[in-house]
Amino acid sequence: MIKKFDKKDEESGSGSNPFQHLEKSAVLQEARIFNETPINPRRCLHILTKIIYLLNQGEHFGTTEATEAFFAMTRLFQSNDQTLRRMCYLTIKEMANISEDVIIVTSSLTKDMTGKEDVYRGPAIRALCRITDTTMLQAIERYMKQAIVDKVPSVSSSALVSSLHMVKMSYDVVKRWVNEAQEAASSDNVMVQYHALGLLYHLRKNDRLAVTKMLNKFTKSGLKSPFAHCMLIRIASKLLDETEGGHDSPLFDFIESCLRNKNEMVVYEAASAIVHMPNCTARELAPAVSVLQLFCSSPKAALRYAAVRTLNKVAMKHPSAVTACNLDLENLITDSNRSIATLAITTLLKTGSESSVDRLMKQISSFVSEISDEFKVVVVQAISALCQKYPRKHSVMMNFLSNMLRDDGGFDYKRAIVDCIISIIEENPESKETGLAHLCEFIEDCEHTVLATKILHLLGKEGPRTPQPSKYIRFIFNRVVLESEAVRAAAVSALAKFGAQNDDLLPSVLVLMQRCMMDSDDEVRDRATFYNNVLQQKQKALNAAYIFNGLSVSIPGLEKSLHQYTLDPSEKPFDIKSVPLATTPLTEHKTEMTPISSSKMPDKLTPSRQDIYQEQLAAIPEFQGLGPLFKSSEQVQLTEAETEYVVRSVKHTFARHMVFQFDCTNTLNDQLLQKVMVQMEPSESYEVIHYTPAANLAYSQPGSCYTLVRLPEDDPTAVSCTFSCTMKYLVRDCDPNTGEPDDDGYDDEYVLEDLEVTVADHIQKVLKPNFGAAWEEVGDEFEKEETFALASVRTLDEAVGNIISFLGMQPCERSDKVPENKNSHVLFLAGGFGGGHDVLVRARLALADGVTMQVTVRSSDETVVDIILASVG
Amino acid sequence: MDSPILEPSLYTVKAVLILDNDGDRLYAKYYDDTYPTAKEQKAFEKNIFNKTHRTDSEIALLEGLTVVYKSNIDLFFYVIGSSHENELMLMAVLNCLFDSLSQMLRKNVERRALLENMEGLFLAVDEIVDGGVILESDPQQVVHRVALRGDDVPLTEQTVTQVLQSAKEQIKWSLLR
Repeated sequence: MIKKFDKKDEESGSGSNPFQHLEKSAVLQEARIFNETPINPRRCLHILTKIIYLLNQGEHFGTTEATEAFFAMTRLFQSNDQTLRRMCYLTIKEMANISEDVIIVTSSLTKDMTGKEDVYRGPAIRALCRITDTTMLQAIERYMKQAIVDKVPSVSSSALVSSLHMVKMSYDVVKRWVNEAQEAASSDNVMVQYHALGLLYHLRKNDRLAVTKMLNKFTKSGLKSPFAHCMLIRIASKLLDETEGGHDSPLFDFIESCLRNKNEMVVYEAASAIVHMPNCTARELAPAVSVLQLFCSSPKAALRYAAVRTLNKVAMKHPSAVTACNLDLENLITDSNRSIATLAITTLLKTGSESSVDRLMKQISSFVSEISDEFKVVVVQAISALCQKYPRKHSVMMNFLSNMLRDDGGFDYKRAIVDCIISIIEENPESKETGLAHLCEFIEDCEHTVLATKILHLLGKEGPRTPQPSKYIRFIFNRVVLESEAVRAAAVSALAKFGAQNDDLLPSVLVLMQRCMMDSDDEVRDRATFYNNVLQQKQKALNAAYIFNGLSVSIPGLEKSLHQYTLDPSEKPFDIKSVPLATTPLTEHKTEMTPISSSKMPDKLTPSRQDIYQEQLAAIPEFQGLGPLFKSSEQVQLTEAETEYVVRSVKHTFARHMVFQFDCTNTLNDQLLQKVMVQMEPSESYEVIHYTPAANLAYSQPGSCYTLVRLPEDDPTAVSCTFSCTMKYLVRDCDPNTGEPDDDGYDDEYVLEDLEVTVADHIQKVLKPNFGAAWEEVGDEFEKEETFALASVRTLDEAVGNIISFLGMQPCERSDKVPENKNSHVLFLAGGFGGGHDVLVRARLALADGVTMQVTVRSSDETVVDIILASVG
Repeated sequence: MDSPILEPSLYTVKAVLILDNDGDRLYAKYYDDTYPTAKEQKAFEKNIFNKTHRTDSEIALLEGLTVVYKSNIDLFFYVIGSSHENELMLMAVLNCLFDSLSQMLRKNVERRALLENMEGLFLAVDEIVDGGVILESDPQQVVHRVALRGDDVPLTEQTVTQVLQSAKEQIKWSLLR
């Protein structure tokens, strides 16, 4: 150990890191000895090691100093010391992106790569390919081809892997090496086989036929390398996935045969591939599952982990397939590797019966504090799924969740728990009070503003309706005293809701409000003042409008309208009714938990679909005087899917007009359509006033044309209408290859399916968080009631679905979910009609032979009530 | 569950790390942009160390990545791959790295010996993984290719098997030439 001696002076004490206090400048200074003759290999080697160590520690090298060191290093190629040379290659690779003019070493590397020393050749190829660009690649192409088929495995592997890295950069050059790669694939060396297969696949992956041929060849010849086998399995399963055919192809047989391979890596890869196949039958799964079951008792932790993780995935789709492994999974619960234990338990939770839940929950709580946050989230998700499956177990779960909530954990973990508790509260009314109590306790000591405001909002919504609302006041007011501005503001809003709904609490809430009015933050003060004044009026209608059910306008729409208003000052006050209503997001009642990955996405306010349409329509001059866009419908197909022209329509409703947008696609590559428009023949007294044609419709490039229709003014009840539609256009035949059209064309037309306008097109969904209050607010001035018999409907669920989709209104208070085993139900719907009138519908449903429905409609306008009732009848 | 069919690819390894028993980086090589800056890398290493240094289990899921690891005396070895990756492949890389170093350091795998042979470590990792692709998984081959000067090792310190091994190697090479 000679090296040890010449290093001794640098070591201050035994066991310390000789590289610990390296100074970049000092090392670069030392690098000067590279220029000394004769070269001292040992010292130079040590300095190179230091440079690489520094780079490895993340030290930043400037371009100039890196280039200087790099050029000095090139001198070391004169030495024939093996290790020194190898370290030079490493330095080249590490500095390839930092230093300038690295290509000057090309010739040295080319010499080493083709030289006699096998130890140099592989690393030299890899270093060379690292610094080569597309133009230079041509020059070394000949050497690369030779190296790929070289009989020394390390040379061949290096050349193949380097080629693979360069596919991204210069696909066209590397593509020419396919024959050499093919030859290398039949090498005896296992790694060369693997690398050749990988390169071949990357070069051919866009050519299905070639990939199939390659697979056939290699599955028959039987590769020795386990890595190559895994690669083959992946290629085969991808191909199977794309063909969408049945699983009785030779590819599936190949994957299945790999379950009997000698190497565990291959067996596991095959099992995992089968498990991940979409629509796999239980019979096809069985052999894979039994292999995984064997792995569960392996002494290797990685294998047990892999097996139980894969079984966990199977359990999501086919819990019954995994029940056979329950015993093995039970054994894994006590595994020393906590990840394995957690996965085993969550799998058991999916496959187990209701009776085993208590025992499993006890098991988890014994070690939940030892596992990482990722797995805690997995556990919470499993519990959340379990709660939906066995709602009766909610008390056990709630207890467990509240314990977890008290433990340490990151934001994602806490959020998952809170979401889970909230969903339990919503699903099980009986768990509401305990759940709220746990959440109250949680916000007492919660560092996450987002969660605290979310819980305060929930308390405001649910708290006043519990038997003992007063006990929540203390928790909420504590927030006003102790927390940051955002939380204080949310707490004030929640307090106001208690005051508005509980008359006996009102005096105390008013006192608290007055204290909040002295808050140091503007927003908190503003809210408190506002609510204080509203509450003092003691009017139900005001409370409902301003405390329970907040603004229902779309935020980007409001921003735009306000901007317009400031640009164009007028005496008129700003009219909030001119702002488009918010479209309720479709994901409102999503019960599934969001996966972990999506939590990293920025919570940016994206403009809704409707806001995008509004923008597009505003750009067309004819549509500028129509006022704000009230509602855009879903897309309606007006043609079959596989026809010459594909036309879809979107209905845009304005105050007095409707605009029909037709998105047309021309699927004929020998035609160019021009002046495309859709002629519409209304059945009622609707009037077509303008067509905006699409100028050009080239092959497979979608275009839009519009038709403007005026709603009948004299008869506001005429809300539904059927339009027969014909697409008219000028055809110009064209060359399918060049797209060059003929000089003249001819007129033609194409009959589309009829388009219907229904009452739903005039109603915007509005979510009223507190339906009861909104119901009182509108009052019974224009209330009408009627009873209908829905003879064709068999279940309450179906009836509820039909009513919602027919009226296009927003179900409130989760009344769209019919509890099981009930034969009566009340559905609450809310919406906004045309000229800014709120419409509320209460439908009492009773299941007898068919479904009997008693509909009560309230609105601030009588005609609206009539329209709704007339359309239901 | 999102279970995308794996895009068949040779890019298997996302990172190779060696930390000491204080969690400080002795060696780290990241092969893709999962952690692009030095700061993020350090934070990741800290997290990984906190989660693993007390347990002697060999696999974990961290920040959505599969981590296989192994510790010996005062060293912690980590190989990191995507959570969809075949865990056994990552394990093969880890075992190869450890066994190669064990041979090169004559079973003396600890911090001090490793620091005295940093160039050996650099070269070994370079032979095992290239840009995320597994280049070699047989420790014998790796040690042979790193080819640290044999004369560094006095004959007396070599074990009998090592002598036999090197003799076998020599004979093989003379035959191949």
